[in-house]
Amino acid sequence: MYKKLLLPITLSLSQIVFAQVPDPTHGREVYEHWCSPCHAPGGRKHPGTSALEILYKGEKPAVLEERKDLTPELVAAFVRNGVKIMPPFRKTEISDKDLADIGAYLSPR
Amino acid sequence: MRYPPGVSQSTFDRAIGEFEATIGRDWVFTEEGDVDLYRDAYSPLWGEEEEKIPSIALAPQTAEEVQGLMRICNEYQIPVYPVSTGKNLGYGGSAPVLNGSVVLDLKRMNRIIEVSEENAFALVEPGVSYFDLYNYIQERGLDLWIDCPDPGWGSLIGNALDHGVGYTVNPYRDHFEAHCGMEVVLADGDMVRTGMGALPNAETWQQYRWGFGPWLDGLFAQSNFGVVTKMGFWLYPAPEAFRSGSVQVMGYNDVHELVRVTAKMMYSGILNTNAGVQSPMQFVLGQNPEMQERYDRANEEDIRILDEFAQGIDTPFWSSQFKFYGPREIVDSSWEYVKRQFSHIEGVRFQDQESLNFPMPYEELMQTADENHLGVPSMSVFQLGNRSNFNPTGSNGHLGFSPVVPMTGEAVLESNKVFARVLREMGASTVFNVPPYSYHQRTFTILVGFTVTRDADTNRKTREIFRELVKVAAEHGWGEYRTHTAFMDDCAQAYSFNDHALMRLQQRLKDAVDPRGIISAGRYGIWPKHLREDSDNV
Repeated sequence: MYKKLLLPITLSLSQIVFAQVPDPTHGREVYEHWCSPCHAPGGRKHPGTSALEILYKGEKPAVLEERKDLTPELVAAFVRNGVKIMPPFRKTEISDKDLADIGAYLSPR
Repeated sequence: MRYPPGVSQSTFDRAIGEFEATIGRDWVFTEEGDVDLYRDAYSPLWGEEEEKIPSIALAPQTAEEVQGLMRICNEYQIPVYPVSTGKNLGYGGSAPVLNGSVVLDLKRMNRIIEVSEENAFALVEPGVSYFDLYNYIQERGLDLWIDCPDPGWGSLIGNALDHGVGYTVNPYRDHFEAHCGMEVVLADGDMVRTGMGALPNAETWQQYRWGFGPWLDGLFAQSNFGVVTKMGFWLYPAPEAFRSGSVQVMGYNDVHELVRVTAKMMYSGILNTNAGVQSPMQFVLGQNPEMQERYDRANEEDIRILDEFAQGIDTPFWSSQFKFYGPREIVDSSWEYVKRQFSHIEGVRFQDQESLNFPMPYEELMQTADENHLGVPSMSVFQLGNRSNFNPTGSNGHLGFSPVVPMTGEAVLESNKVFARVLREMGASTVFNVPPYSYHQRTFTILVGFTVTRDADTNRKTREIFRELVKVAAEHGWGEYRTHTAFMDDCAQAYSFNDHALMRLQQRLKDAVDPRGIISAGRYGIWPKHLREDSDNV
């Protein structure tokens, strides 16, 4: 009986620990699904990249994955608030866990 | 926390407890920061008192959970506003028409239930995007194309229900026309399947759309009579080749023959995809205020001068692009045939454009002129209004005024003149409006684009112009095919034959299928009985 009880408790604790540690590998998957359609290299077909080319004029990379100055907090601010024609993303699209993982993926590694 | 109109705090709190018991606390969003993510990012009412903001949001994962939620909403008479992926930007996004409604966010219902390669169909849930279905097909190497609208993150179901369109061939490019069979949850939580789906264990739900008896699917598009939880779509067996070319005619009045011949080939099925009328002169006119004014006015003297001006710079006044999909021999011979049909127009020019063979690697598809026309979803269209060298600050969104006009040269010219007059009189630019395009099989749709800002005065002016365009269009017999939630009452009221008989019928249907008036109050101008008289103030 104790073994039966112990297993769910152990799983539950490991899930909590897991939830607190951002996973950049999963972050990359989420990024590719939600962010790459606008932010992949090649501005002509990727409006996010194109917009940042205009904004930064070569001072910073226009492709987010090439940036060295992004923090999870900055990534979260843009994802949850949007900017210009980029709308904010709801939690049914990018959960808080997904967001932390994207932040980890885009942060300096 | 915000509360829905007409619902007491204690009742709403009790309902929230029941929502949480039905779908789990994690999927009942009541925190203001979470709920604000449902604001319409492209709202022309942004930050104003009239902006429509939900009270809370619910995110079920199954149709059975939707049934449970609808029963609760029905019992407590809570207004609920279903959205599929919530990406119908430019048309209201994930924000309701009635302020304080509970958003029913169906994004988590993202199962692709079936794709048949042999019979070329898919059965999907509302949260499935064009990207999702495209990726599913590619990962399995199925010999099928999807037809997608411009942005690929939209829902197949949501787009079809809003009469969205794409760019391949008939019947796939008109997304509601390409659907076959629905599953719908009604206001009281009952569930129906339409067409052959009403037959238990139906084997042709996605192949034969009419079923037995009245065909009801149309009731659930651009309306508020139920929550669609599954929908079938016909898919396009991957064509072998693609070809495109343009026909250019020199004179202002050559548009009549250009459109007449185009329409005849459309109705004959020789052309089975979108074609439009562009003006290679448009950019030139935009740089020349005097000529732009002449184009907008276009009296006989103006036309003579415009023709001389176009000849002087050796620029055709009009052009149409034609596209062909299918076996290589057929697309090549079709283009040759089409060119012959226009060869009698004096000075006509032809330009061969893309000639592609499939399958093509994804990277090469993304290098073509427009991957959306090849069934490849993307976000390229968001270059519209994006930061650019011409527009270094970028916009905060866009709106489209999109009336349907006849497929005639006369209508092309007349609508251009009429809308240019309204825009000029109201101080708006007449440059860079999109010319007629056959989004649908037998008509042109005009698209007058507006940018949305975060400045309330600018947005107010835009709304004023938009409403005037709706009114003037209606006076000419032109109505919108689809619109932003802020203008649904205006557009619906224009369809006023016999003292608004159509709206009166829709209201009778609304009262019958949703007697407590809980689903998407005000969507497409259909208000429930208890809000009808006061709809201007909600």
